[in-house]
Amino acid sequence: MAFNYDQYLRVDKMPTLWCWGCGDGVILKSFIRAIDKLGINKDDMCLVSGIGCSGRFSSYVDMNTVHTTHGRTIAFATGIKLANPDKYVVCVAGDGDALAIGGNHTIHGCRRNIDITLILINNFIYGLTNSQTSPTTPRGFWTVSQKAGNIDPTFDGCKLAEAAGASFVARESVNAPKKLEKVIVEALKHKGFSFVEALSNCHINLGRKNKMQSAMANLDWIDSITVSKRKWDEMSELDKENHLPLGILKQDTEALEYCAMYDEVKKAQQGQRGVITQDDFEKKL
Amino acid sequence: MSNKREVISSGNELAARAAVDAGCKFFAGYPLTPSSEIMHVVSDLLPKIGGAAIQMEDEIAGVAAAIGASMSGVRSFTATSGPGISLKAENLGLAQMVENPLVVINVMRGGPSTGLPTRVSQGDVAQAKNPSHGDYKSITVCAGNLEECYTETVRAFNLADRFMQPVFVLLDETIGHMHAKAEIPALEEVQAGIKLRKTFDGAPEEYQPYGVGEDEPAVLNPMFKGYRYHMTGLHHGPTGFPTEEIETCRKLIDRLFKKVEAHQDEIESNEEYMVDDADILIIGYGSASLAIREAVNTLRAEGVKVGMFRPITLWPSPEARMHELGQKFDKVLSVELNQGQYLEEIQRSMGRLDIEKLTKTNGRPFSPADIIEKVKEVF
Repeated sequence: MAFNYDQYLRVDKMPTLWCWGCGDGVILKSFIRAIDKLGINKDDMCLVSGIGCSGRFSSYVDMNTVHTTHGRTIAFATGIKLANPDKYVVCVAGDGDALAIGGNHTIHGCRRNIDITLILINNFIYGLTNSQTSPTTPRGFWTVSQKAGNIDPTFDGCKLAEAAGASFVARESVNAPKKLEKVIVEALKHKGFSFVEALSNCHINLGRKNKMQSAMANLDWIDSITVSKRKWDEMSELDKENHLPLGILKQDTEALEYCAMYDEVKKAQQGQRGVITQDDFEKKL
Repeated sequence: MSNKREVISSGNELAARAAVDAGCKFFAGYPLTPSSEIMHVVSDLLPKIGGAAIQMEDEIAGVAAAIGASMSGVRSFTATSGPGISLKAENLGLAQMVENPLVVINVMRGGPSTGLPTRVSQGDVAQAKNPSHGDYKSITVCAGNLEECYTETVRAFNLADRFMQPVFVLLDETIGHMHAKAEIPALEEVQAGIKLRKTFDGAPEEYQPYGVGEDEPAVLNPMFKGYRYHMTGLHHGPTGFPTEEIETCRKLIDRLFKKVEAHQDEIESNEEYMVDDADILIIGYGSASLAIREAVNTLRAEGVKVGMFRPITLWPSPEARMHELGQKFDKVLSVELNQGQYLEEIQRSMGRLDIEKLTKTNGRPFSPADIIEKVKEVF
C-alpha cells in the first residue's frame, strides 16, 4: 500500500508555495516518513522554522508549529525544549537562516548539545528573495548581489556544527530521499543536538544564471560535488576541498545533553546533590 | 496590612522574586548592567521550583528562548536594559503579532548606545511604546518604589496573560539597585491573584486561536495538548495561518489595538499625591517620583500648594485623566530623567504645549532640591 503522507500534512494548505521541482518537498516527505517510522505522536512534536522558503515548512506539517523570525529558530526552540524536555523539538532552517543571520544560534545550540534536531536545507542561495549570495554559495557563481561572480568563501555547515559541539552531524541530499530519511531517523533518535544538512536544488534562483535551469541539471550538479563519507575519506586533500561528504559524519552518544545536565542543576539547587564540579564531568555528572 | 511580608532587598531582587511568586517557570536572558541581578536571582530560584533559567548567547536569543517557552504555554520572562531592548526589538514584534504573553523587565540606564551603563536614566520610555517595527499597542508599567518592583512585576504577568502580549516593566538603575526595607504582599495573596491565559477546551477541529471578538486577545492553548495549531509572524487569519486577504489583515491589526484600548480601565494605574487642593501639578514617574514626593512635602511645609500625578502604567497613557488635570491646573511641571519623552504624551493628552519641564540626562538622579528650585523659578 502506498505510504499515506496526508496523515502528517495539513492537506488544506496544499499545494505548497514552493516552485515546481523544488527539493524542499522531497525533504518534507523524508521527514514525514522518518517520524512515521519512529511512531512519534504528532502532538508530542514541535516544529520551528525561520524565514525563507524553508520557513514555510512549518505551515504544512500537522503538529505544533511555529514560524519565527529570520535566523532565530534554534533560540526559540531552545526555550521550547528546555521548558518541555520530554517533547521532540525540530528546527527547519535554510542556509541563510542558520549560517548567516542565525549563525550565532547555530554555534551555541551545537555547543550546548541540547536535544534539538536541526534540518538545515542548503540550496546554496537565498531563494525566496531572488538569488542573493548565501554563505554556502560556491565561489564564482553568479548571484543577483554579486553579478561579477561571488568572491565570498564558502561555508561548510557540517564542519561548523562538528567543531561547535553538535553530537550528531550528517549530510544527505534530495537525490537520495531514502538516505535522507534514514539520517533524520537517526537524528531524531539521538539525544543531543542533531545537525542534518539536506542539500537541495533551487534551479529557479541558483540555477537560472549558473547553467542549471532545470531541476535535473541542478540535481546533477549536487551529485557531482558530493560523495559518500567513505569515499571522501580516501580522497586527496585537493579533491576533498571540492567535494562534500555524505552520510553520518559524527555520532557521539556519550556527549552530555543540555536538558539532562540542567536536571542536575535542579537537583543541586533543590539540595539533592552537591554543586556540579569539574570532576563530576568526568563521571558524566 | 498584617499579612504583608517585610523584606530587606533591592529593586532588581524584588522583581525577580515577584516573577517566581507569580508562577513564572522560565527565564532566558543575557547579562546587561544594571539588570543582571535579576538573572542572578532567578537562576537560583527557578531550578529550585522545577523551572529553568538559561543564559543565552546574546540578547536576541534571550528574548527568543523566553518567547519559545511562552509559546509552549509556560509563564516566562526576560530582563535587560535599553541596549538589550534594541536588540530584542524584532522578536518583541513577533510576540505582539503572535500574541505571546511575556514579561520584559528593562532596568533603564543612560543612553543612547552604550551610554552610561552603571547610571540612571529614564531614556527608554519612548522605546517601550514602539520597540519593534509595525503597529501594535504597548503595555508598559513603571515601578516608582521598591514595593512596586514586586507588585508591578506580579501585575505585569497577569496583564500579559490577560491581553496575550509582551508587557514591559520599567525600572531604572536607581530603583533597581536601591536596597532597603520593603513591604510586599503575602505569598498566598499573590498566588490567589494569579490569572493565567484563557484556553480553549472544545474539540480540536473547532479551535480557532485567532477567531476571537474584535476587542479580544488570541486564545493560545499550551502546546503538546492535542491542539496542533500554527503561530506565525506573518499576517494571519482566525486559524493562525498566513493570509494576505484584505479584510482579515485589517481586522488583525485593528484587533491588536482594540484589545488594549477597549479595556484600558483594567490596565491604567496612577497615583495622585496631594493633588486635590494643589495649585501646581508635578508629573513624574519611576525614581524621579521619589524626589518629587520629597519636594512636594518640603514645598507644602513652606506653604506652596503642590501635588504630584504619577502614572504607574505609562502605556497606554492615562490620557483622559491627564486631560482633566490639564484643564484644572494652569501650572504644570513635567519631571523626567530624559529630554522629555513623556512630556510629549502629557502635551498631547492635555491638548496644550505650555507645560514646564525639568529634565536630566547626565546619569544622576534628581534630588528634591532640583525640583524645589525649578518650581520656584518657573511658577
